[in-house]
Amino acid sequence: MFEAGELWPPIRLTLILASVTTILLLIVATPVAWWLSQSRVRWKEAVAAVVALPLVLPPTVLGFYLLLALGPNGPGGLLARLFGIRSLAFTFEGLVIGSILYSLPFVVQPIRNAFEAIGPRPLEVAATLRARPWDAFLTVAIPMARPGFITGTVLGFAHTVGEFGVVLMIGGNIPGETRVLSIAIYDYVESLQWTQAHILAGGMLAFSFVVIFAMITLEKRMGQARG
Amino acid sequence: MTRSESVITARFRGTRGGFEVDVAFEAPMRGITAIFGPSGSGKTTILRCVSGLDRLPGALTVGGDVWQNDQGVFRAPYDRPIGYVFQEPSLFPHLSVRRNLEYGRQRAVKAGISDQIRFDDVVRLMGIQPLLDRSTSGLSGGERQRVAIGRALLSQPRLLLMDEPLSSLDQKNKEEILPYFEALHDTLSIPIFYVSHDIAEIERLGDTLILLDMGRVLAFGPLAELLSDARLPIARRSDAATVVEAFVKAFDPNDGLTEMDVHGETLFVPGRITEVGKARRIRIAAADVSLSPEPPSRTSILNVVPALAKEIHEIDNAQVNVMLTIGHREGGPALLARISRRACQTLHFAPGQAIYAQVKAVSLVNRD
Repeated sequence: MFEAGELWPPIRLTLILASVTTILLLIVATPVAWWLSQSRVRWKEAVAAVVALPLVLPPTVLGFYLLLALGPNGPGGLLARLFGIRSLAFTFEGLVIGSILYSLPFVVQPIRNAFEAIGPRPLEVAATLRARPWDAFLTVAIPMARPGFITGTVLGFAHTVGEFGVVLMIGGNIPGETRVLSIAIYDYVESLQWTQAHILAGGMLAFSFVVIFAMITLEKRMGQARG
Repeated sequence: MTRSESVITARFRGTRGGFEVDVAFEAPMRGITAIFGPSGSGKTTILRCVSGLDRLPGALTVGGDVWQNDQGVFRAPYDRPIGYVFQEPSLFPHLSVRRNLEYGRQRAVKAGISDQIRFDDVVRLMGIQPLLDRSTSGLSGGERQRVAIGRALLSQPRLLLMDEPLSSLDQKNKEEILPYFEALHDTLSIPIFYVSHDIAEIERLGDTLILLDMGRVLAFGPLAELLSDARLPIARRSDAATVVEAFVKAFDPNDGLTEMDVHGETLFVPGRITEVGKARRIRIAAADVSLSPEPPSRTSILNVVPALAKEIHEIDNAQVNVMLTIGHREGGPALLARISRRACQTLHFAPGQAIYAQVKAVSLVNRD
């Protein structure tokens, strides 16, 4: 009835997208989270709100604006021309950019909370022990915020795997380029290919359970190690 | 050593969180300088300004090195050779005890400072050998604070700052840790700023005293001098006391008394104090000193010493403080007597008069 091989490309693409996105997210989110946790400027909560927007914004709205921004007439299009392509919309790169924005709050928030939970004291201690700010950040702040980084990584990865609306708006359905799992499932259902939809949906269900379960166990174990 | 190399001079003036600070003081580059005052008097603020963690306009010179001045010099805390012991031990939870201890030492060595304060010596001094390879989470309060002190020492400081290091500990842990402070005082030549609101701790550990109130310095100078200064508010406290340096002369095993020499006069202290010739600090509460114009002929009070009345200060309409020096010669150590105003008037005590002080209780402030 169908070849199992046809299910693999969207899974592979999704995993690559989620991995690339998560790595880039950690690079982007760490300084943002640090700044939000340390800065005393009054407008920092406005920045926090912008970062958190994707939590409440319908993915189609975010996708719509991203489509404009990444399209040939937006800033993304200008950027794309430097690489000799017309637009970032409907490309894997565009998808990565969209995923980063969409999943940003899920990574920034836990890391920011973890930084805030450390409080000012350990960094003051480090300073009195001759550690310069960058040194103290790497040897005290980052290791002490480890639970936040783990939570952020897991949530960022899982959330990227599960996105649909944004992908639909800016990625479309190009096999091997933008046809990710959630799109593939939608596609199979639309064309009444229930078996394929069942396999992929069931897999996602199992994956989601494993992620959440692993996180709960991990948090519990770390809580015990600390207490 | 020139004078500027042997002192710490500080001056800070400004507002911090609605609280006004205006202080200036000088302290020696040796021994323990106790910073004492009621809570909210600015003790911690001063310590934080000395460390560079907080910044108020002013100037700070430590042993000849300028750490801050009015010309814009301000060294960041990580550029100041300080050790800071906070109220709570604040050990790094992600590092073992050993790696906590090594944190500052490694950075000092990397900065080209020779580790004159050796790892093994500190571990021995603080008694933390058995803890080295443990995580910090299972340690008692006293153990944690000892590790924190060791960690501060190993960063090779020229000045050690301690902010009420005993206040987070219960009485048992306090008693356990105090001997380590005394060992620190006797072994290392690093000057220590010691913030406390507990006068007993200060009588026990301090050499120099800085008295604070409402963000201002009331007085600073040698501890014994300030404690016996009846003009200062600490002399008005009901637990006012003076400390004097005494030398062990002899022990009488029959009566269980140790004979101590203070400026040529003799005081008896109950209990056996080892090592004849050793200097010990003794504490005499002002309320335990009574005065008499002549040597009392028969009394149950063992310690009667000649003294010179120096100044008389009224506390209220019932009590006065009499500032004395021990011995009928000038130059003896200072003593404070709390007596009733009526007795003072009836017996016509006056400054300059040679009198006799009866001391009901003499206690050592530290043990062997």
